[in-house]
Amino acid sequence: MQEAMINRAKQLLADGSVDRVIGWKRGEFEYDITPAVFTSAEELDADFVYDDFTAANVSKYLVKESKKEGKILAFLKPCDTYSFNQLIKEHRIVRENIYVIGIPGGPKLDAERIKAKGITGILGAKNDNGTLIIDTVYGEEKMPYYEALSVKCRNCKSKNHVVYDELIGEDGDILDSNRFDMVEKLENITAQERYDFWREQLSKCIRCNACRNVCPACTCEKCVFDNPDSGVENKAATDSFEENMFHIIRAFHVAGRCTDCGECSRVCPQNIPLHLLNRKFIKDINSLYGDYQAGEDTTSRAPLNDYKQDDCEASIVHERGVE
Amino acid sequence: MQVNDNKEFQPLIVAFCCNWCSYAGADLSGTNRLNYPTNVKIIRVPCSCRVNPMFILRAFQRGADGVILCGCHPGDCHYTSGNYFTRRRMTLLFSMLDFLGIERDRTRVEWVSAAEGAKFAATMNEFTEAVRKLGPNRRLEDLRCRKQ
Repeated sequence: MQEAMINRAKQLLADGSVDRVIGWKRGEFEYDITPAVFTSAEELDADFVYDDFTAANVSKYLVKESKKEGKILAFLKPCDTYSFNQLIKEHRIVRENIYVIGIPGGPKLDAERIKAKGITGILGAKNDNGTLIIDTVYGEEKMPYYEALSVKCRNCKSKNHVVYDELIGEDGDILDSNRFDMVEKLENITAQERYDFWREQLSKCIRCNACRNVCPACTCEKCVFDNPDSGVENKAATDSFEENMFHIIRAFHVAGRCTDCGECSRVCPQNIPLHLLNRKFIKDINSLYGDYQAGEDTTSRAPLNDYKQDDCEASIVHERGVE
Repeated sequence: MQVNDNKEFQPLIVAFCCNWCSYAGADLSGTNRLNYPTNVKIIRVPCSCRVNPMFILRAFQRGADGVILCGCHPGDCHYTSGNYFTRRRMTLLFSMLDFLGIERDRTRVEWVSAAEGAKFAATMNEFTEAVRKLGPNRRLEDLRCRKQ
């Protein structure tokens, strides 16, 4: 796959149809794959990487990259194409400046989860019938494949590319992934238990703002959390209120626009399951206002920019579920 | 007017009222000499749609024990459709607060027209009692803002 992508990128660079390529390269470690822009065939040969650790969504980078001069080639996984489409819909990226190649996603691995098993010095990994065989500097190690999967890939909503100029590999189906199972589980415990669960999770937050910075739906030039007059721009949360407030508002600002790409949970250094907050909004929107998948098209109105005269009243929240 | 017994917990209720209907409704309940608790502090907003979710959280932060949002009845918005957006927004916000384990009875949306002074007073009485039963807001308070 990596070979095919490099070759195609080189072709497009050579015939002048694109000037730059956005893909991924290795960071400090073998498993530390980070988005990068390439401008020549030599750079591609030297650094371009696409493997099982390549989980980053490059859509958000295109907000800035597509406004530069010349055309850029972007490799998008199925889940990334939803974010990309949503950004087109919100007029955040210049579509004409981007050539999109759809690539297969496939479940991605999370090195942190492998390291949590005490396995270090990771060089590479491959799946062998449900067992992950990890190549390390100290020799070969094994662990269950599922446990090494990135949170965002445990429930895959779609293998289908919603937007592309060409595809490498096959286009897949939209999957029924039971992604609301955990949300439902939380809805069915008592308010006290829910409170305790979220206190335990959110109190880990160090306000690094990584979830906001990586989110393809968070593209405001000026963010409410950066306003020094708001009293909420503090780096470290000094009170439980701020933890709650930050996460409620962060999730609310992307409600109806979140494509559920799961980047927030992937980048969280404290492993807070932030995607559950987003999924709660998605689940509510689906059940109250009709099924809606952000990023699926570029024409529909976002649920919070829309209304029906016979929408349910807010009191519905008080009537359902477990107190 | 009732004389408050100091031993009883006195909740602080913040009521966001839209300028065109609910604020006038509150006025009407006053001119009709209807009683509603002094715990309710009214904040006038141009439209219920003006209320950002942050306002609700900020009210809790600064010591509110309950927050109620009042606006024109759906279809009667002075700006045609403001309250329809409010309705979706607040439904989702309240649902999220409930999801985080914050008592669901601390928040409410009520539609009160300018002619419904009696409804305004009744709603405020009822809501204040409901919040009084819940006790002080502890799950969404900011310790730095707590009054000693």
